[in-house]
Amino acid sequence: MTKQMTGAKMVVQALKDQGVEVVFGYPGGAVLPIYDELFLQNDIRHILVRHEQGAVHMAEGYARSTGKPGVALVTSGPGATNAVTGLTDALMDSIPIVVLTGQVPTFMIGTDGFQEADTVGITRPCTKMNWLVKDTAKLSETIHQAFHVSTHGRPGPVLVDIPKDVQFATADYVPAEKAKIAHYQPRTEGDAARIAQLVELMEQAERPILYTGGGVINSGPRASALLRELAAETNFPVTSTLMGLGAYPASGKNWVGMLGMHGLYEANLAMHGCDLMINIGARFDDRITGRVKDFSPRSKKAHIDIDPSSINKVIHVDVPIVGDVTKVLEELLRQWRARGSKTDQRGLASWWKQIDEWRAVKCLTYKPSTTTIKPQYALERLEALTKGMDRYITTEVGQHQMWAAQYLGFEDPNRWMTSGGLGTMGYGLPASIGVQIAHPEALVINVAGEASWLMNMQEMGTAMQFRAPVKQFILNNERLGMVRQWQELLHGERYSSSWSESLPDFVKLAEAFGCKGIKCEDPKDLDDAIMEMIRYDGPVIFDCLVEKHENCFPMIPSGKPHNEMLLSADAEAFRSGAVLV
Amino acid sequence: MSALNIKKGSTSHSAYDLRSGLSEVEESHTLAVIVENEPGVLARVIGLFSGRGYNIDSLTVAEVDHTGHRSRITIVTRGTPAVIDQIEAQLRRMVPVHAVHDLTMEGPSVQRELALLKVAGTGAARVEALQLAEIFRANVVDSTLESFVFEMTGTPDKIDAFAELMRPLGLLEIARTGVAALKRGV
Repeated sequence: MTKQMTGAKMVVQALKDQGVEVVFGYPGGAVLPIYDELFLQNDIRHILVRHEQGAVHMAEGYARSTGKPGVALVTSGPGATNAVTGLTDALMDSIPIVVLTGQVPTFMIGTDGFQEADTVGITRPCTKMNWLVKDTAKLSETIHQAFHVSTHGRPGPVLVDIPKDVQFATADYVPAEKAKIAHYQPRTEGDAARIAQLVELMEQAERPILYTGGGVINSGPRASALLRELAAETNFPVTSTLMGLGAYPASGKNWVGMLGMHGLYEANLAMHGCDLMINIGARFDDRITGRVKDFSPRSKKAHIDIDPSSINKVIHVDVPIVGDVTKVLEELLRQWRARGSKTDQRGLASWWKQIDEWRAVKCLTYKPSTTTIKPQYALERLEALTKGMDRYITTEVGQHQMWAAQYLGFEDPNRWMTSGGLGTMGYGLPASIGVQIAHPEALVINVAGEASWLMNMQEMGTAMQFRAPVKQFILNNERLGMVRQWQELLHGERYSSSWSESLPDFVKLAEAFGCKGIKCEDPKDLDDAIMEMIRYDGPVIFDCLVEKHENCFPMIPSGKPHNEMLLSADAEAFRSGAVLV
Repeated sequence: MSALNIKKGSTSHSAYDLRSGLSEVEESHTLAVIVENEPGVLARVIGLFSGRGYNIDSLTVAEVDHTGHRSRITIVTRGTPAVIDQIEAQLRRMVPVHAVHDLTMEGPSVQRELALLKVAGTGAARVEALQLAEIFRANVVDSTLESFVFEMTGTPDKIDAFAELMRPLGLLEIARTGVAALKRGV
């Protein structure tokens, strides 16, 4: 049975049929008919943002913390162009979001109309797929296709551009189950013969490592459970990219910590020295590999990825397995058990001994202080005081992000939302609101730097309006910390434009928004201040004044291999040497 | 100095100097890409090439299945084997792409290009041009007292050779379609 309705009503109906509960958006001339329909119903909640970039990051935060696609609705022209950063962010991190944009009426397209932009042209390289719908009869089907494409295969952002006359016109509604989606069905089952090859390699491996990434999280909670089974049955060490934190618990026996440019010493050296690397849903990003030529030179490499183009893109692998992580791990475990496979116990024992020796270096050691708050200390205390709580963490981008990844422990997937691939400053605050909207009772903390945080601080208004009690934990060093660090280490200590000058008074800013402001600059007061933040029933802006010149270590300078990592002690030598010149 | 030996103030440690110099030989490949004939699909394919820095030597496109709304894009591209693999993988994962065939790898194929060449001249040069056109099986599709337009079909090499011969005989303009290609046999 088909139902006639206007395009605007179709949009709302299609969203309902797709199970959408929340839309993050901002109205404008070209989407007013859709806003009218939203007004006339109560099933879908609309969260009014303060800037369209915020809407898209909120949709990302919602998607990453729930596993469901996030939805944003914005108007034509500037509404759409403001969404571009969020779309690109979601593309780089493979986050399923659906962005609906208004467009000038079809008869005005191409005339440089008011608030007209070539939205599909502008967003083509930053979406997995996008559509301009010129006929109301195709609108509902296109929206259903958009959800399908966004959530199947490697997830990603999609955009549907809807001209205003298409919203007004009437046509038959095509329900989700009748929409033509048959053509896009990416392969999810891994090749059994390849998996058998991997099982054999696992039996022979003396120095194996499981290198896990965001693909494990994207594949759903079952993938994380299977990963834990695999680690338990094989006793292989597990490391993870920034994107994959939480897939394997930080308290787990086989956890060796995050790898990469600011990853742990033991994790990076294990990657460098392994003889079997099993990449599960990661993509050999340049922040992971360092110098490609010297990347893990003596290992056989297997790569499990749902996107065939990820395989052999950067690193040539011996056993490519295209498929969904859950399905591949199921098959891998099935074969492993069916064969009665055994690991090389002796090899593994000495491998773990080696890893423990690297661990003993204690690469996250920092110089404590009784007078100033070290950023690492602030995060250690945050970790200690929130452990065991129903906790979600988002971050901005920079030093604080890396410290958060190093010093906070993640026990479960979907609890860690950070801009990995694109490195979008301004991501964390709106993302935290998206997470909080999805999990109203949970403790949601945005670990921020003051510079990043200012980029989307207007969204505090959204947090207030929708009673999202997000905690903004700002590590304020009055610097663009990571920029400053690179300038110190690589640009002759010429600190070009890396000071955050003329900062606002964050406590007064909090008061201006109507939320709570807390300022802390003495390590002795920190615990009480953090508890005050956690206990406060509403949004908090926490201005944590930290050591201004702290650097983030370990660090693999880009273009260097894993075994040429800079530990903090080296950096001291490095700096004193540099002064002489 | 640290063991890292990073020069002070150096700017050479860019975040993007990670590609090793795996210098392998570049190859030319002809790809047939079957796509949904929708607005924006060609732009998406071309955008992939420009966005990721791949080469396009020639590109042709037309709808080949009117009922199924399928277009066939024939792309001649160049790159090392790893780059060619990457191009194919990137094309295959595009939502509106139905199939990608590497005609260079899938056995022998027929490749044809159509060219129109305008040659101006009088006297001996004009006669010479006409004789060469006959040898190359080019047709005269337009003629004035001082010019010809030749139409010829053939491999890109054949068209190159003919154009080279026409150059001293008064070649004014060439229009080429780019390669259309099909696998030989079934």
